[in-house]
Amino acid sequence: MAQPSLSQRLVQGEKAALARLISWAENGDARFAETLRELGPRASKSWRTGITGPPGAGKSTLVNELARELRTHARTVGILAVDPSSPFSGGALLGDRIRMEERTVDPGVFIRSMASRGAHGGIARAAVDACDAIEAAGYDEILLETVGVGQAEYDVVSAADTVLVVLCPGAGDGIQAMKAGILEVADVLVVNKADLAGADRLATDLEEAVHIRATGGARDPQGWAAPVVTCSAGTGKDIDEVLRQIEKHRSWLAGERLERARREKRLRHVRRTVEEQLAQELWERRGWNEKASALLESGRAPYDVVETLVSSILGAAKRDGVKSA
Amino acid sequence: MSTRKIRVLIAKPGLDGHDRGAKTVASVLRDHGMEVIYTGLHQTPEMIAETAVQEDVDVVGLSILSGAHMSLFPRVRAELEKRGLTDALLVGGGIIPDEDAKKLESEGYAKLFGPGTHTEEIAKYIETTMNARWAKQGASR
Ligand SMILES: Nc1nc2c(ncn2[C@@H]2O[C@H](COP(=O)(O)OP(=O)(O)OP(=O)(O)O)[C@@H](O)[C@H]2O)c(=O)[nH]1
Ligand SMILES: [Mg+2]
Repeated sequence: MAQPSLSQRLVQGEKAALARLISWAENGDARFAETLRELGPRASKSWRTGITGPPGAGKSTLVNELARELRTHARTVGILAVDPSSPFSGGALLGDRIRMEERTVDPGVFIRSMASRGAHGGIARAAVDACDAIEAAGYDEILLETVGVGQAEYDVVSAADTVLVVLCPGAGDGIQAMKAGILEVADVLVVNKADLAGADRLATDLEEAVHIRATGGARDPQGWAAPVVTCSAGTGKDIDEVLRQIEKHRSWLAGERLERARREKRLRHVRRTVEEQLAQELWERRGWNEKASALLESGRAPYDVVETLVSSILGAAKRDGVKSA
Repeated sequence: MSTRKIRVLIAKPGLDGHDRGAKTVASVLRDHGMEVIYTGLHQTPEMIAETAVQEDVDVVGLSILSGAHMSLFPRVRAELEKRGLTDALLVGGGIIPDEDAKKLESEGYAKLFGPGTHTEEIAKYIETTMNARWAKQGASR
């Protein structure tokens, strides 16, 4: 009997197949795209919720609780937890699963940890691919956790339809949140660790900040002001309220807005993937790395080197254009 | 980028409550460029195998200090096999007498590290073994 293909095993719900497909995605293996092609066009049915916020805010604990709650509604859940790679060794310590232990053997839950790897923004591409893989495997909900609040993390979390920013008392106040651009990123602001002192204060701060933003010049052209939800993932308190707010955002997006947002995300994904593949081609296969360092060593100024390298392909493109005209 | 990293699951089956050793190993492996999934204390063989499958790891490393290794290690291996994960490199560490280590190494465990093993040695062993394997099979799977 012929071995079933990976795409067949994936559709049959085999977790090992999904796991392997995600490995292909993160390794930039061509079989990833082949497998998705084999699976054919599919209606996207998974709702993608991104969870971001400063280290230790309780993101993983919240993901665990959200997954528990979703399971009681018979929704299947795929979780992708992204942690940073060490810039020194390139290795990573991926520990988010510790908080999701109770979900480990639930047949309706799949959990994958992913390291951010290189600095080329490849993680944003890989995270989208992994979400696509989870979706292709048929999960109803995708929870995408990533630590931090900077541009790089936003790139990752912006793959999601709804973005939660999780904060907790002691990890900064409302002004800091405004500075860090959290308000622009968040569809829902979650104040976790409500059991600790300072949670109410932080929630009030954030509400005020959202209000200032909504009434000020920077009024969200989309017309969605992030609600502030207070919960305690550690004790499971008010998790249903977080889910309600996700649901609300989902209904608000539904239709034209969602279509547009997803179109933009797809375009961004294509751009990223093209950039990644071109960079790989040039720096690795065509030896630009060596070429550039040789030029620099010969005493050429950096911008000189840039021009030489860039015009070596753009010049060629122009010539080709002339030829084909 | 098309570079594969060694993915390792470090897990602590059984009831003992000391994970300092496991954490040390996890962080040393990280410093050797590996991606280490650490799952914390008290993992059942079933949980370990499920995690290994979902994380698509190349290496499963178990740490047991309770002395229950002769029952737990084989059970983890059985759970892995049940899920079709037969090619992961299995290693273990803890307070494991030589004869037990030999027995386990004849039953599918690649290597058992006794007490006092330098963590560098563990990292080197995994690195060398995986690199040799990938050189033979090609690094893509
Ligand atoms: N008091 C209290 N502690 C909590 C709560 N939720 C999480 N914690 C604790 O906060 C710590 C960090 O929790 P995680 O869920 O790992 O936080 P995280 O944001 O995922 O952390 P990173 O992924 O490392 O950035 C743990 O010790 C949790 O037990 C809560 O509601 N209240
Ligand atoms: Mg976490």
